[in-house]
Amino acid sequence: MKDILTGRLVRLAAFDPEEVGKSFSTWTRDSEYWRLMDAGAAFMPSAKDAVKHFEKEVEELNADSYFFAVRTIPEDNLIGEMVLEVVNWTGRDAFVGLSIGGRDNWDKGYGTEMVNLLLRFAFTEVNLRRVTLTVFEYNPRAIRVYEKVGFRHEGRERKSLNREGRRWDMVFMGILREEWLELNQ
Amino acid sequence: MKDLFRGQLVRLTMEEPEFLAKHQARWQRDSEFHRLASSRPAEMFSAKKIQQRGDELVENDFKPERYPFSIRALDGDRPIGFLNLWLNLIHSEVWLGIGIGERAFWGKGYGTDALKLGLQYAFMELGAQRVSLGVSEYNPRALRAYEKVGFRLEGRTRRDALREGKRYDSLWMGILREEWIQTSEV
Amino acid sequence: MEKLMSDIATQLFEGQDIRFGPIDYDKDPEIEAKWTHDAGFMRLYDVEPARPMSAAMVKKQYEKLEKRIEEEKNLHHFMIRAKADDRLIGKALIARIEWANGNCTFRIGIGSAEDRRKGYGAQALKMLLRFAFAELNMFRVYADAQEYNEGALALLRKFGFVEEIRRRQALERDGRRWDLITCGLLKDEWLNQASGQSDAS
Repeated sequence: MKDILTGRLVRLAAFDPEEVGKSFSTWTRDSEYWRLMDAGAAFMPSAKDAVKHFEKEVEELNADSYFFAVRTIPEDNLIGEMVLEVVNWTGRDAFVGLSIGGRDNWDKGYGTEMVNLLLRFAFTEVNLRRVTLTVFEYNPRAIRVYEKVGFRHEGRERKSLNREGRRWDMVFMGILREEWLELNQ
Repeated sequence: MKDLFRGQLVRLTMEEPEFLAKHQARWQRDSEFHRLASSRPAEMFSAKKIQQRGDELVENDFKPERYPFSIRALDGDRPIGFLNLWLNLIHSEVWLGIGIGERAFWGKGYGTDALKLGLQYAFMELGAQRVSLGVSEYNPRALRAYEKVGFRLEGRTRRDALREGKRYDSLWMGILREEWIQTSEV
Repeated sequence: MEKLMSDIATQLFEGQDIRFGPIDYDKDPEIEAKWTHDAGFMRLYDVEPARPMSAAMVKKQYEKLEKRIEEEKNLHHFMIRAKADDRLIGKALIARIEWANGNCTFRIGIGSAEDRRKGYGAQALKMLLRFAFAELNMFRVYADAQEYNEGALALLRKFGFVEEIRRRQALERDGRRWDLITCGLLKDEWLNQASGQSDAS
């Protein structure tokens, strides 16, 4: 049986609230990090605050949520986090959320590999049938990564984001199991 | 869309813990019923304790894995037993457990009717890929009902129940989604 | 022929190269955390989705497990250590003990690849069976193995387990469905085994 948690550039590792919380606190000093992935006003949580928040999130291990830290190979640096959250077991549909912290870690191919590792996990380990995500209209880098991986545009929440004095759309994308398997067999 | 919970002879429902506890307390006194329904030693709990356990289940809130239905006979609308479905979310397998506590309703098709509703719910609403169950070799009536609705024998665990000083095999059955779809089209 | 039912003095927890022991909260969490990051191992060991855990999460699991063992009284758990250096190499679990019927199931995992193919699994199984039959007084012992887990199925066959149930397409993994196989061993079968099931395996 394949080790589906390990890629070439990165691997999916345990989400330790203390470690991720501290890193998250550092990442948010760069407001762009926050603004690319959170619709709320850019915030800089203290390490203590962030750790507490993550501890609560991962409190109970259940079949609905899967949290991962993303680490580089071979340096083993923590560069991001990902969560897969089942929204509907009947439809076997889950939401994916992810972020890469630290500007030097952007544009290195980590995003593409992270998402593919997560999709493999979602489709061949949790046996889901589709994965959904939302991405902000003003984040073309991320949209390109998702398109490359095989996500399709499914709709937009028009003008639901409000930033820099104007409104932006929230883009919905989705990928079906058969679509991803075809691209990756 | 039809009513998934209504059959020909029975309907599936969720009872109030207090109401159900009274009937369960009565059914548990029939040791033959217990031994046919379970491989574990019989227990004798008060209605109060049974209700407390029922209340705790309610407190723990809905879980997408657990479907503890009660069975009511349509005629007279009285509770006659239970049908439990347990869904394995990751593998889409449903385990089914059924028991008719009211002896007057044994051998008259009520159990079979409830089984059909249970299978329909498992495949058409829970999206199951297969349904599994276990039954003791000393319960031929149940075995026949399961075969009648399409379960196939998948194995036999040898001498795994010890009762009245004798050892009995347990039989394990399963029905796949494709198989059920075929039988229900007939 | 080796006597399988021995006397009171014979150690239940000492094998040839391995021993059974309790959880070491200081050393074990980090080692087990590492195993959980190897999805290849986890997918053989369990049917639940492989989930990488931190040492802190593993510690929490240990606490939950010891609490369950104490409260439910139908579980036993052993850490498997190499005799030579006391290194943690695996774990063994006896579960779903039905005292009235004399049944239980078990699971054995050897955590890192370097420690496999050395016969440790067979040694652990031998000791586990002795514990189940000669100490827990079980009548039958069974284990589930995934259709794709040839190593487990081969080991069970070697120990005389009989394939009893084949739950068709009960698992989904890697984009397809697999059968789940239950193998069982009765006490008289275990007692009658030839010395072929010896320590040298």
